Amino acid sequence: MRYLTDRKRAMGKGSARSGTEHHWYMTVTSVALAFMIPTWVYIFGSALGGTQAEVVATFARPFPAILTALVLFASMGHFAKGATMMIEDYAKGSARRALVILAITLSYAITATGLFALVRIAL
Amino acid sequence: MVQFTLPKNSTIRTGKTWPKPSGSNVRKFSIYRWSPDDGENPRVDTYFVDMDTCGPMVLDALVKIKNEIDPTLTFRRSCREGICGSCAMNIGGINTLACIYGLDEVKGDVKIYPLPHMAVVKDLIPDLTHFYAQHASIMPWLETKTNTPAKEWRQSIEDREKLDGLYECVMCACCSTACPSYWWNSDRYLGPAALLHAYRWIIDSRDEATPERLDDLEDPFKLYRCHTIMNCAKTCPKGLNPAKAIAAIKKKMIERVV
Repeated sequence: MRYLTDRKRAMGKGSARSGTEHHWYMTVTSVALAFMIPTWVYIFGSALGGTQAEVVATFARPFPAILTALVLFASMGHFAKGATMMIEDYAKGSARRALVILAITLSYAITATGLFALVRIAL
Repeated sequence: MVQFTLPKNSTIRTGKTWPKPSGSNVRKFSIYRWSPDDGENPRVDTYFVDMDTCGPMVLDALVKIKNEIDPTLTFRRSCREGICGSCAMNIGGINTLACIYGLDEVKGDVKIYPLPHMAVVKDLIPDLTHFYAQHASIMPWLETKTNTPAKEWRQSIEDREKLDGLYECVMCACCSTACPSYWWNSDRYLGPAALLHAYRWIIDSRDEATPERLDDLEDPFKLYRCHTIMNCAKTCPKGLNPAKAIAAIKKKMIERVV
């Protein structure tokens, strides 16, 4: 039980003076991914059904390799921030912070794993 | 964590069914009832109203029920013409004003509940204390630093037109209580109504506190909890578009950075 005025309860801890950067990042990655994902899906789809050597050869070419790296980087960044937003919606307190750390770490791990595989294929 | 189920003492039970009047044009009303005084769970009471002797709006039926059937039924009402915002409630699954919502707009039985996800004071009356405090927190008044002019703060016709679609808000809380983001995080998210009012003062050409207003709103929860779900615009009984106002605030935030 706390005797807080309604106004103090509504004001909380005040503005964090942040959020716009997150919003802008999501906008930029959304626009970028809207162009990159269809192109990448086309390349990935055209490689499907080929032998391992043919698939490796496809992703060893500069454009598919660079595009894949960009898709990985942008989509995982987008995922990390989007998942953070979703977790903030539904979880509170320590659980919220732990889940945010988990989501960001997961996105870093997927990015690193994808880039490692790509480097092995392309170089 | 967010709660998806009601606590035991909030589970709604079947309540009293009041006698059905004679007549061929009778309509069934299922109305949420809860009193803090009796320690009982909420219940849904059933009333039957003779539509031949009832006005056309949902509020007319509620007043008729209170006057002629059950005087304990409690709800807010005042202007009965959509100006005061008092009679906001959930009718047939839609947050709206009972005074301007026609009974002919409701298909089948009329189900009436208080505004969703708000603490209930009694029956159809939600506790709007926090909602009003959030509105007060956005400083809903003209803030100026320049010396007050001798006559008046002047405003062009074009600048005045920018307030259309914003100043008409009657603070009924239909939009905020229809917003899932507000349901889950109303302690920190300001909600569509308060943000629409915030934009009304940001866009006012006479106001000189735009930087402070934007600073105060720049927060992952206060502003950016809006996910453009658009329930606010869909449900607003005045036909306003709070989501558009929120998008305009976000655009102004980006203009400060990029």
